[in-house]
Amino acid sequence: MVPSSLRPAAPRAAGRSGASRSGWASPLGATTLVMLGTLAVPAVAGAVLWRTAADRPDPSAVLRGPTAEHLLGTDRLGRDLLARLLAATWPSLLPAVAATLLGAAAGITLGALTAVVGGRARRLLGALINLLLAFPALLVAMFFAALFGAGADGAVCALAVACAPGFARITQTLAATVAGTDFMAAARVLGLRRHRLLLRHVLPHIAEPLVLNTTVAAGSALVALSGLSFLGLGAQPPSYDWGLLLSQGLDRIYTEPLPAVAPGIAIAFAAVAFQLLGEVLAGAAARRARPRQPEEPTAHPARAGRPAAADHVLEVEDLRVVLPATDRVVRPVRGVTLALRRGEMVGLVGESGSGKSLTALAIADLLPDGARATWGTHRFLGADAGSSSRGERRRRLATGMAMIFQNPASAFNPSLRIGTQMTEAVRAHHGTPRAQAVEQALAALQRVALPGGRRLLRSRPFQLSGGQRQRVAIAAASMMRPALIVADEPTTALDVTVQRQIMDLLRRIRRDDATAILFISHDIALVADACDRVLVMYGGTIVENLPARELAAGARHPYTRMLVASVPDLAADRDRPLRTIEGGPPDPCATAPGCPFHDRCPHRLDRCAVESPVLSPLGPEHEVACWGPLPPAPFRGQRVTEAAATEAAETGMTETDVTETDVVEKEEAEK
Amino acid sequence: MTTVSARLGALARRHPWAVFCGRRAVRLTVSLFVVVTASFAMIRLVPGDPVRAALGVDAPPDLVAAKRHELGLDRGLPDQYRQYLRHLTHGDLGVSLVTGEPVADLIRARLPATLLLAVLAFVCVLAVALPGGLLAAVWTRGGRRPRVELAFTATTSVMAGVPDFVLAAGLTAQLAVALRLFPVAGDLGPRSYVLPVLALAFAPTAVLLRIVRVETLKVLASDHVRAARAKRLPAVPLHLRHVVPNTLTASLTLAGNLLPALIAGTVLVEKVFAWPGIGSAMAQSVAAQDHAVVEASVLVLGSAVLVVNFLVDLALALLDPRSVIRKA
Repeated sequence: MVPSSLRPAAPRAAGRSGASRSGWASPLGATTLVMLGTLAVPAVAGAVLWRTAADRPDPSAVLRGPTAEHLLGTDRLGRDLLARLLAATWPSLLPAVAATLLGAAAGITLGALTAVVGGRARRLLGALINLLLAFPALLVAMFFAALFGAGADGAVCALAVACAPGFARITQTLAATVAGTDFMAAARVLGLRRHRLLLRHVLPHIAEPLVLNTTVAAGSALVALSGLSFLGLGAQPPSYDWGLLLSQGLDRIYTEPLPAVAPGIAIAFAAVAFQLLGEVLAGAAARRARPRQPEEPTAHPARAGRPAAADHVLEVEDLRVVLPATDRVVRPVRGVTLALRRGEMVGLVGESGSGKSLTALAIADLLPDGARATWGTHRFLGADAGSSSRGERRRRLATGMAMIFQNPASAFNPSLRIGTQMTEAVRAHHGTPRAQAVEQALAALQRVALPGGRRLLRSRPFQLSGGQRQRVAIAAASMMRPALIVADEPTTALDVTVQRQIMDLLRRIRRDDATAILFISHDIALVADACDRVLVMYGGTIVENLPARELAAGARHPYTRMLVASVPDLAADRDRPLRTIEGGPPDPCATAPGCPFHDRCPHRLDRCAVESPVLSPLGPEHEVACWGPLPPAPFRGQRVTEAAATEAAETGMTETDVTETDVVEKEEAEK
Repeated sequence: MTTVSARLGALARRHPWAVFCGRRAVRLTVSLFVVVTASFAMIRLVPGDPVRAALGVDAPPDLVAAKRHELGLDRGLPDQYRQYLRHLTHGDLGVSLVTGEPVADLIRARLPATLLLAVLAFVCVLAVALPGGLLAAVWTRGGRRPRVELAFTATTSVMAGVPDFVLAAGLTAQLAVALRLFPVAGDLGPRSYVLPVLALAFAPTAVLLRIVRVETLKVLASDHVRAARAKRLPAVPLHLRHVVPNTLTASLTLAGNLLPALIAGTVLVEKVFAWPGIGSAMAQSVAAQDHAVVEASVLVLGSAVLVVNFLVDLALALLDPRSVIRKA
């Protein structure tokens, strides 16, 4: 690809300085080193070793084919072609490097100027660069080579002119990112002169990608220069380079292919070597140590857990998800156990990073690439995930489970019509004919109270509002009449009034179709209001599982209590700061034993730091994972909490001192 | 100044298409003007006397003078430039310094062969790189099959490094001379297209393969593809419906950038295959120092590239109006 690659490649992600060791140790890196070494030897030694043989004419051996004496044959004057090929290494490589450096110097100066000159000059320079870039570099090189006069020097200058605009463009792009930074603004305020700005502040920050591009461009320049010589615009006899040798060899290709093929191979070899060098340099950053595969058993041995319950849609025990990162292993989900009955709406609550979404994706078998899930039991619609084939499992998930995603703006394909995206699932899995699928889609849209009918089906996602899109998503999910809908924060990206409507829709679908819904949210008030049961998630585990109506008063896990207490209501005193939970969420990479909440827990025991509690039954439909569950609070627990907080504040205690302990002690005293 | 730009802004909001086309047309006109001026300047700037160089060192002085007068080289530069433009509007590109034939006739006879070669090569590039890059992306997404990815990177890297004229020479030696599978040179029917097209398309295919793979990987990682996966569509409809259309625009934009380079690349490849196109005419004229023909070839190839750029821009705007016009 002579012409296009003569221009430096598009700016690649700036890598770390130089190639990392893994880049050179890779097969690609080793190959590159060997190829560059192979080029370097004849380039340096060529003139000394083969010069005389290359220039000695032998009238007795003119235009010979390959023989033992002349491995590549001889040319018209009887000179040995192999010697000429080897001696031409230096005259072929040097001008290419020279042209690249000249072009790079000119282009980089031009491009970097755009970062330090005023607005109008910048626009003019940009337009000039654009104009020059419109022409293929090879054509520009040929034009200037003809203009400067055929010869090696003219060709080098022509090539430098041809590759300068490419460098200018890249530098302009890179410099634009630097120009907007704070330190440039500071430097300008200090009144630094332009050339100092350029040399001290702009160029050092963009040097690395520029060096990389110069490498790639040098390879292309070599090819282009050979091309010019091949056309007769480069090196002129009696001097010679690979391009000229190729051109001379081509004249006799009918009788003797080798004199043309050998210089061709030399050019291609050098071009590929430079190309690979650029590849290795650019890839050094990307190839930074590949993520390690976590070494964990692929599936935990199925524990003798609860037997399959007839009315359970989904049962999951000890679900774990691991994400390999560059230098460690992240464990965002660490043993989740949950079950959903038919027609039950269950809320999964937790703060960001608690593993809610990955739990949902693992249940739906939609984990991102690289993430791996293991489980003790994973039963969907009574069939075990481990014992059924991939195809069966896919089919069951296709018809039995639907997903609603958080961001309705990106969950639809922007280039497809709404109708296509709504009907494709039923058409693929139920084999519904098109017309019938459209009817079903219209009915589903009616159910979610979206007017517009067929016109809506013909529209594209960007023509709809966020709330409308989420309704369409719910309608599409309900069209399959699934046994389970997993809704991953379906209301987070929407405003409050739309939130309410979406919740109503989900509830109606649950009631009408007896669909189980796993509703994921970080909004505990919303979940308490809408769901039958609440699972509270913390640090990748379920810490409490309780009926939603008990949430306000009956929560037994300290984290749940604090979460409930952090919700402001209309009676809250607006002059006081909102209640928060001190500390931050646990590190998903940590491997320390113990309860994930223990360092934030006001009731921690010694045991909490060393042994992780498991989810164990506490009452009917109530499970908690805590070594010291709090005693049940009396009715109006939340109010009491508020009152205690107010009282504490009045008695001069700071907000952080108000812990659940005070509340509980007070409550116990009341008894 | 501000009122003008404000008015332009309002215009852009109301008639984005008109503004887009207007801007592109202005850019095309300016670039064409640059090409015309450059080609005019060429014969007047070359070192030495181009007429003497073309006619030979031993040409009689009065013949050289007559030729110079015939070409108008003995008049003032502004005068020459006006005459040059006037001739150009009539399709007159001057006469060859060597043969004395009108250059326009030569161009007219040879341009179709060059364009056909470039277009065929471009079609081949698209036909291989679009499905190939897509498959490579689907196979290697998310770090799957690292060996396949390494092989893909290494192969395309090597392919992209092979210069077209070198490949052309190699193909001629191997397939035409040694194995006699294809004609060695010239345009002798469909079979003689195989080698030039292959030589021209080889490296751009590798470049585009990599571009398409990267673009496809981006789309595969997007939210809407995850949403489509949640519907458990079979692999073929999933990729054809949800991935391909979104990959196509970006890939075609970058493919469009390869086309001008392909046109320029024909010069060297045509020389290898003695293809009756503009490129080989240019190569011959360079050797014969016939600057009138070189000048006209530069003009025609340069204009062809600009027009192709313009058409590609328009086509992309039609394909994806939102992104292109907003960017403009």
